[in-house]
Amino acid sequence: MAEPRKSGEAVDATPNVTEVDVVDAGSESASVAAIEAPVERGEPILQVRNLVKHFPLTQGILFKRQVGAVKAVDGISFDLYQGETLGIVGESGCGKSTVAKLLMMLETATAGEVFFKGQDITKLSGRALKAVRRNIQMVFQDPYTSLNPRMTVGDIIGETFDIHPDSAPKGERRRKVQELLDVVGLNPEYINRYPHQFSGGQRQRIGIARGLALNPEIIICDEPVSALDVSVQAQVINLMEKLQDEFNLSYIFIAHDLSIVRHISDRVGVMYLGKMAEIGTDTQIYDHPTHPYTQALLSAVPVPDPDAREGRERIILSGDVPSPANPPSGCRFRTRCWKAQDRCATDVPLLAIPERFKGSDSQAAHESACHFAEEKDVVHAA
Amino acid sequence: MPETLKDTETTKDGTAAVPGPTAATMAASTKPEKARSLWSDAWHDLRRNPLFVASAILITILVVMAAFPQLFTGADPRYADLANHYLQKPNWSHVFKEDWFGYDVQGRSIYARVIHGARNSILVALVVTALVTVIGTATGMIAGYFGGLIDTLLSRVTDIFFAVPFTLGAMVVLTSFEERSVWVVILALAFLGWTQIARVARGSVLTIKQADYVMAAKALGASTSRILLRHILPNAIAPVIVVATISLGGYIGSEATLSFLGIGLAEPAVSWGVDISSGQEQLRNAAFVLIIPSIMVSITVLAFIMLGDAVRNALDPKLR
Repeated sequence: MAEPRKSGEAVDATPNVTEVDVVDAGSESASVAAIEAPVERGEPILQVRNLVKHFPLTQGILFKRQVGAVKAVDGISFDLYQGETLGIVGESGCGKSTVAKLLMMLETATAGEVFFKGQDITKLSGRALKAVRRNIQMVFQDPYTSLNPRMTVGDIIGETFDIHPDSAPKGERRRKVQELLDVVGLNPEYINRYPHQFSGGQRQRIGIARGLALNPEIIICDEPVSALDVSVQAQVINLMEKLQDEFNLSYIFIAHDLSIVRHISDRVGVMYLGKMAEIGTDTQIYDHPTHPYTQALLSAVPVPDPDAREGRERIILSGDVPSPANPPSGCRFRTRCWKAQDRCATDVPLLAIPERFKGSDSQAAHESACHFAEEKDVVHAA
Repeated sequence: MPETLKDTETTKDGTAAVPGPTAATMAASTKPEKARSLWSDAWHDLRRNPLFVASAILITILVVMAAFPQLFTGADPRYADLANHYLQKPNWSHVFKEDWFGYDVQGRSIYARVIHGARNSILVALVVTALVTVIGTATGMIAGYFGGLIDTLLSRVTDIFFAVPFTLGAMVVLTSFEERSVWVVILALAFLGWTQIARVARGSVLTIKQADYVMAAKALGASTSRILLRHILPNAIAPVIVVATISLGGYIGSEATLSFLGIGLAEPAVSWGVDISSGQEQLRNAAFVLIIPSIMVSITVLAFIMLGDAVRNALDPKLR
């Protein structure tokens, strides 16, 4: 109780498969960086600008008056490029899933814009919104609740064609569903089965097939593997990587498991209490973190090598995450930060490349929302 | 025995559910396989439940009785022979004969009246339940799904109807009609009875609408009517069906109560309630005139409640 360890989830759910990658990456970080550097940086396909979602807190039964707001997402900006995977990590309650719902237009944003190919989709409704939905789809966290138990697999996937009738001619639909099942590695004969006849991993494949049905350009994955067990996680992640290459998809991959995010992502954003703390390529974030929160988060990643584990430094934060209904002034992280000074309580740090790294070629030159950003390699520290 | 049967079937499904289609699973699944939904599982359970079988047989007999009373008796329930049959005692050895249950104060065959009386009771019960289910489910679903002001409005209206004592309310409605046919009784009962279903439906919809598959349908751009009818209704209906089956028995009792009080059906209508009402005057010297139609009401109510109970158990996954 005295020291609630940060990012407990990251510790519980790290699969063996990807842990290996974390260790390997140390010796070959240069070559890995070269391979995993974002592909063509053209126009971003999705631009998020100052996205805000406040859930009002009301009091009273008949005459409700607003007494405050839970600031679930409080001004988030990032870009997503064609064909890349942007990982978003953070502990429970930091607003990751709310971001996913906002991008899917399942919640209305309090403020801010989301541009899909230059068009602000937060203001759309009706037919125009339905058209945009064809390009942005979602894979849900829990494969046990994301499939309607009263519908067969064929109906679940085929429903997308009923909703968007021009996406497939009537006679073709069954064949298309079977093709999709084949693409995600399921037996096309399973089309008449019900969800409860499948295992968790298979269900998640059905969920992915549903997301793929309309040939979207962006798939938002809200913790797509956290409900699966470790061996199945690897299968699903590999499937998603395969599909990305095949269909040139862009992923926004939300997770609390740092190793999985590193495995699949080209770029990673770290969220804390409704704000983006740091964003950069996976090498920049994992090997050259400059934000103290990222450093603390990374120091909690389990290391399979006992020798490396002995020598490394554990950053243990004190206290709990403050309530998003009443976040600290200035820097959101200052209440738990070992570097915090008076300035942190008054000035909100902007998410930008820190002054001292500007113009430098170092990997530390990436956007970080800290007044005292400083590189510290926690993963490899020995 | 049903347990072992079910077990082998789940393992069959389990082995077929190994990730990745192997040759063996391909071969296994080319056979046409029976899909097992919640309803087919429930049906599977129900057929083996003696309570369900007994109540189903009873209800079938009662429904046939209501539809074709001539199959059971040739006697006319309205033919009164005061001179020969005034309060004649039942002749228990004359099974299925006109004088089996004796004669009432007007000299009419009680056996014939009991058989013909089934029609009104069953008609009232079935039609009221159907009406109440439709009205209640629609109200509850709209209130639960849309929430906000619509929910507040509909829920308060439900509360107002719920606050009216059922029998008293039905009496008020019925006395405002000059002529009280069976349809008026149905209307009065349905008018007051939908609130319980509406509440159950609303609660059920409130939980279902949070489900990820509803989110997924919204994310695909599904229309509200599609979400309500294809995703929410089929998943939210189970508790409604349970409440509806159980309350079916209650409506038979209510019809009898209202007829007994003299504000439901009235002579010359043939109904169990009317007979109980007229029989109570002879309670001291000829109790059978009251008791026989009362037993019919009890058996029918019991049969429907037993059915509702069996359906509830079959649809409740926690009892599996």
